[in-house]
Amino acid sequence: MIGIGPLGRLVLIGLPFVWLALFFLFPLLIVLKISLAESVVGIPPYTPLITTDGGGLELRATLANFALLANDDLYLRAYLGSLRNAALATALCLLIGYPIAYAIARTKGTRRQFLLFLVMMPFWTSFLIRVYAWIAILKPNGLLNAFLTALGLITVPLPLLNNGFSVELGLVYSYLPFMILPLYGSLSVLDESLFEAAADLGARPSRAFLGVTLPLTLPGIAAGSLLVLIPAIGEFVIPDLLGGPDTLMIGKVLWDEFFNNRDWPVAAAVTVVLVAVLAVPIIVAQKFLQRERAA
Amino acid sequence: MTTTRAGAPLRIGALVLGFSFLYAPIVLLVFYSFNASRLVTVWAGFSIRWYGELMKNEAFRAAAVTSLEVAAMAATLSLVLGTLAGFSIARFSRFPGRLLFGFALLAPLVVPEVILGLSLLLLFVASESWIGWPSRGIVTITIAHATFGACFVSVLVRAQLAGFDRAVEEAALDLGARPWTVLTRITLPGISPALVSGWLLAFTLSLDDLVVASFVTGPSATTLPMAVFSSVRLGVSPEVNALATLFLALVFVLVSLAAWLMARAERRRQTSLQELPSPVCCARPPPAVRERGDPAR
Amino acid sequence: MALLEITGASKRFGTTAAVDDVSLTVERGALFALLGPSGCGKTTLLRMIAGFETPNSGHIVIDGVDVTALPPYARPVNMMFQSYALFPHLDVAGNIAFGLRQERMDRRRRASRVDEMLALVQMSNYAGRRPRELSGGQRQRVALARALAKMPKLLLLDEPLAALDRKLRAETRLELIGIQERVGTTFLVVTHDQEEALSIASHIAVMNRGRLVQIGTPAEIYERPSSRFVADFVGEVNLFEGKLTAGFNCLALAVAGLEQPVPLPAAANLPDGASAALAVRPEKLLLSHTRPPGFAIAATVSSVGYLGGVSIVYLAAGGGRPLKAYLPSASAGGFGRGTGVWASWSPDDGVVVTQ
Repeated sequence: MIGIGPLGRLVLIGLPFVWLALFFLFPLLIVLKISLAESVVGIPPYTPLITTDGGGLELRATLANFALLANDDLYLRAYLGSLRNAALATALCLLIGYPIAYAIARTKGTRRQFLLFLVMMPFWTSFLIRVYAWIAILKPNGLLNAFLTALGLITVPLPLLNNGFSVELGLVYSYLPFMILPLYGSLSVLDESLFEAAADLGARPSRAFLGVTLPLTLPGIAAGSLLVLIPAIGEFVIPDLLGGPDTLMIGKVLWDEFFNNRDWPVAAAVTVVLVAVLAVPIIVAQKFLQRERAA
Repeated sequence: MTTTRAGAPLRIGALVLGFSFLYAPIVLLVFYSFNASRLVTVWAGFSIRWYGELMKNEAFRAAAVTSLEVAAMAATLSLVLGTLAGFSIARFSRFPGRLLFGFALLAPLVVPEVILGLSLLLLFVASESWIGWPSRGIVTITIAHATFGACFVSVLVRAQLAGFDRAVEEAALDLGARPWTVLTRITLPGISPALVSGWLLAFTLSLDDLVVASFVTGPSATTLPMAVFSSVRLGVSPEVNALATLFLALVFVLVSLAAWLMARAERRRQTSLQELPSPVCCARPPPAVRERGDPAR
Repeated sequence: MALLEITGASKRFGTTAAVDDVSLTVERGALFALLGPSGCGKTTLLRMIAGFETPNSGHIVIDGVDVTALPPYARPVNMMFQSYALFPHLDVAGNIAFGLRQERMDRRRRASRVDEMLALVQMSNYAGRRPRELSGGQRQRVALARALAKMPKLLLLDEPLAALDRKLRAETRLELIGIQERVGTTFLVVTHDQEEALSIASHIAVMNRGRLVQIGTPAEIYERPSSRFVADFVGEVNLFEGKLTAGFNCLALAVAGLEQPVPLPAAANLPDGASAALAVRPEKLLLSHTRPPGFAIAATVSSVGYLGGVSIVYLAAGGGRPLKAYLPSASAGGFGRGTGVWASWSPDDGVVVTQ
């Protein structure tokens, strides 16, 4: 922009940059630091990194927390469980979301905007409340079981809650809008004439879909998958409310480690590993989001 | 691909199924908030009894007030920071740390909330032990919400700036306005839909947050989602149904408002780009044809 | 003193020179056109004058003051943008008053100036409308009024007629000339449309690939192009490339594919053995069914384009050489496709072009 001098740029860029550095980037460094500390009773409940105990500066760092993570297979199972649940949820979101996004993209005119709004609305209306609503539906004496019993399809209530099924359902339900929107974004810019050309050249609809539509919407698929996968891996509320004793997800483990065991260094170590696991997908997602916006 | 006609029933089917899935739980909640019976499976008649119980619930009321306070403050902070950030990343193509800045603007939107919550709490604890501030409570929740709210607002601002006609800014400079005047009198008004919707949506995000608030809060501050969460862990409660319905209604109004504003701005932008049919104008001499809407000369 | 003096201005984007060592002078009160194909650098030059681009080298002097380093808001220059760039959140009066507010003009004078400008562009009844409520032609008039409101010494117009349909273009052309005469401001118009430049401007500067190729009045540019590019870009032309040789009592060009050498105008002055081109405008070509005395070229009519009052006749001469001739449509009847004709012209109607 013409004319904004260095001082102006400093304020415009600097203010938010400093804020984000202070309240997002710096905290991540602190997490790293604490993951290298030991748990103590006190406030704060961990040992400082640099002390002046011995008359000079001394670095007190330990990898004990990471060793704990490596040795106790609870954590490994929790990471893998999260990955598995999130991946399954992503796949389901894709399967369910694609037809919906496709249908919206083919709708003409102002109805399209309205439909998109309808898709986004649930996202804005309290995550917690929507998850909670599923409890009422899925529990043994809940709506779904009552409905099925009334129809005579079952005599004994189905175990629909507090297991893998309800967790997946909750994940898919909560993250579906995040899949639909990028898919819609990719689908909506597809040129109608591409399909006409494919048909003209002899491609049947299914072939046209596989050969033309799918490849061209790959960016949308990738963006949507990342937008679901990454937050879903660290999801806490859904496994806590809808999951059972054998639902092991890393977000819940983190919470328990922190609030129940009060072991901050271990919780920090869990976080560091989680960030490391997510780092690559996050950077990939960032590239996609940039490109989607530039398109 | 299939022609519009042939694929229509499939498409409509997909939409109906999809939206039923998305909205069924919500509709049921609202429905049962008016159910006189406690039980989900028994409909005992229409009643607003649970709304009455809700109003008498002190804990929920205090939590609601706290949530609204925090949301208002956080939304305002988000707006300021997010607008500055969105503008900077959109307009300044080169500055030291731009890559990191861009990352810091997008990552909070994607990263799991437990990571955000935990890292911020650790910051606040460390800070408290170094400089004695802040004590955890409303201030820390506001800071946390302002942080991811700002990232969100920056996305909206960035998108709106992308569609903004820069020639208008050049015209203002050409007419003698200094750069800061252009920013405040031309650019900001030009992106005002994004600013208003940004505030509204940051407000909603803050109201809705459970995980981050739980991490960074202190003994005295309970937000509404936290109150609902502890209540829900004890089992389904009809008062929570009533609360949920009220909450849904509030958010529905806010989000509809934001969406309507953005849509209206987009419509206006489209008409300003269109060429309306040009009536034949008057040349000299003589005035040959009247323009539409002109009084007789 | 000239109003605008540009000396040696250059602007580089990466490795390409958008503007390459351009110098020109614009006199006070002129309606000056910068003409050239897209990518020739005319818009970049315009933006340098306005202050939106800084030249890598060279100077821009307006009314004796070197403005090269001044930002746009400090120059006595205003611009009418191609997209009009009206402020969407202000009404018509607000748009026009914007520049006056920046000068801190007091309210009364501002209001009267705004009224004056509205009357000038015949938009007095539209003061309270928003830009989105106006048609394209109306928006343009507001943009013009807004740019003239501050009474700048120089008004820049970026492709002012490009977005208008043909009829409106002709009428707006007249209006612009009328307004310029009334207000007396110096206008600098950038356009790629040579018809527009020829009909509107008092002086034209033709640009190609960042360089200034020819400056002159419209008649000079059209009748005496200084290069093949100008001859071809401005209007239609028949170009004959060849080497200097002797003809009947005059200098001529030996042109490949033509049996006879093509005679040059009497005043032509070329060194021996030089290569040059002869440019002959289509309206100078005479067509006849019988061979005329003197120099003539045999050709067949390949097609006739009907343009209303005038028709353009496309010919194929020896060796497939294409020729173009303008004829009044009334007389074009006898020249249907496949007709054999003789094309000739008076030697002084041709222009020798060496560049």
